[in-house]
Amino acid sequence: MLRYSLKRLGSLLISLIVASLVIFACIEVVPGDPASFMLGINAQPDTIAALRDELGLNASIYERYVSWISGMLTGDLGTSYTYRSPVTEIVAERLVISLPLAIYALTLTVLVAFPVGVLAATRQGSKTDISVMGATQLGVAIPNFWFAMLMVLVFAINLRWFSAGGFPGWDAGFFAALKALTLPAIALALPQASILARVMRSSLLDTLSEDYIRTARAKGLSKRQALWRHALRNALIPVLTIIGLQFSFLLAGAIIIENVFFLPGLGRLVFQAISQRDLIVVESVVMLLVFAVIVVNFLVDLAYAWVDPRLRSHA
Amino acid sequence: MRNIIVGLCLTMVFALAALVSLVWTPFDVTQLDISSKLQKPSATHWFGTDHFGRDILSMIMVGAQTSIAVAVVAVVIGMGFGVPLGLWAAAKRGSLLDEVIMRGNDLVFAFPSLLIAIMITAVFGPSAINAIIAIGIFNIPVFARLTRGAALSLWTRDYILSARVSGKGAARISVEHILPNVMNLLIVQGTIQFSLGILAEAALSYVGLGVQPPTPSWGRMLADSQTLISLAPHMALFPGFAIILTVLGLNLAGDGLRDLFDPRLRRVGR
Repeated sequence: MLRYSLKRLGSLLISLIVASLVIFACIEVVPGDPASFMLGINAQPDTIAALRDELGLNASIYERYVSWISGMLTGDLGTSYTYRSPVTEIVAERLVISLPLAIYALTLTVLVAFPVGVLAATRQGSKTDISVMGATQLGVAIPNFWFAMLMVLVFAINLRWFSAGGFPGWDAGFFAALKALTLPAIALALPQASILARVMRSSLLDTLSEDYIRTARAKGLSKRQALWRHALRNALIPVLTIIGLQFSFLLAGAIIIENVFFLPGLGRLVFQAISQRDLIVVESVVMLLVFAVIVVNFLVDLAYAWVDPRLRSHA
Repeated sequence: MRNIIVGLCLTMVFALAALVSLVWTPFDVTQLDISSKLQKPSATHWFGTDHFGRDILSMIMVGAQTSIAVAVVAVVIGMGFGVPLGLWAAAKRGSLLDEVIMRGNDLVFAFPSLLIAIMITAVFGPSAINAIIAIGIFNIPVFARLTRGAALSLWTRDYILSARVSGKGAARISVEHILPNVMNLLIVQGTIQFSLGILAEAALSYVGLGVQPPTPSWGRMLADSQTLISLAPHMALFPGFAIILTVLGLNLAGDGLRDLFDPRLRRVGR
């Protein structure tokens, strides 16, 4: 297990280094001079020169990369050009919305997908199974931002159960804040729950057709006992991988939904920073999100090897 | 089989709408007619009109062009780069090259796709071409991984061994023997990536980073409808239905084709 973990840790570090190089190149090299890109076409030469100085752009590319990385390692993500405050602070402010939103959406996803997937698999070919499969097909096909708009129309504008957008802050009370995140979380969970239910179903069907399930049944276990004692645990392995991927997706992929509901989360921060050409925020936040995705995948891999010892030997 | 027929029919409806819109639409989508703005669906305007008085049916027809073109080209980019990389990695399996190609793929997977697509279109400017590139890049590792996985198992087959004995090189075996045998998988994955491309294009256009006005696109139409949704819900409903039906059609066709190509799956009923 130790050898496997170290090997995975090595590839994690390489991935992080390459990812940082790609992001650095995209932001600092591709648009030409970052300072004139940030200030737009009407900027005066002396303003550009001042900003170049402020951003440390007169140093060589190599020095800039090293100072960016060492800053990141010490928790200094630079200073935002538009907000005029440290990026670390802005990110922390946004994370208290994005992280709970991702966890909320993932909880809804799992709560819906597990029972639905198990129900469909245990009644394979029945009307229940066919309706579940039809519903999940539809869930995958619906653009979540469109679904979000319809929910706003029905639950916020017509029924007035929820507000149409915005976030009151956690100071307004736990339930008030949670209520503001409910519609966005449902919108995010819809396609994810559909995907997870399908994975759950097909994984359980695979497991149920294994010989050891037949043996368990031959030894006198009822269908239900075989399912709960043997099949479910083994069927969970691919499901866990998908959950890991979905969590990182929900953290980084909520940009559009945050826009629909005007939620000041991380995704919206990146989006605003892009439109305001605040490259320092874009660079640092994208790197943070990629870091989160890579680390979550790494943890999922470790959990995977821990659950299933066969995977360790294959590594 | 039923899935394929329903799926292909749905897809064909929109493909046909896109083709017809090249020569004819019920109304001119570039013509603004403020006097007939926000009209509900009627005999003249089947899907109603938008806030500029443009006919929504005509806009959906022209929007189909954009959606389909962006998604198809993105799939072509994904296959064009991904399949050769996958074949190459499988031919040199276990080598440093294989490792580099596969780790490179893992890396692209690690990037949150929509975020990077937004970053690309932001740095290079919003346009259809940049949307295609942004979506296409994320198709490459999907096809590379799929091709490599399928090709690896083929390389151990006896007929590949006999091809090698007869003196064929790795490149020639990959093209003549491996590629035709992984084609089924590629077609199935192609339809799935096609549908994901439609959704991604809609999302990019929705945030204003896809096709630029006045060219209609489904995502842009949804963005326009957002502030008017309580006043004119039809503006949001019809483009939404267009996206859902196209994506549903492609997914059904993909599922059906997979079952058709791999009868084992049909038995299990996945």
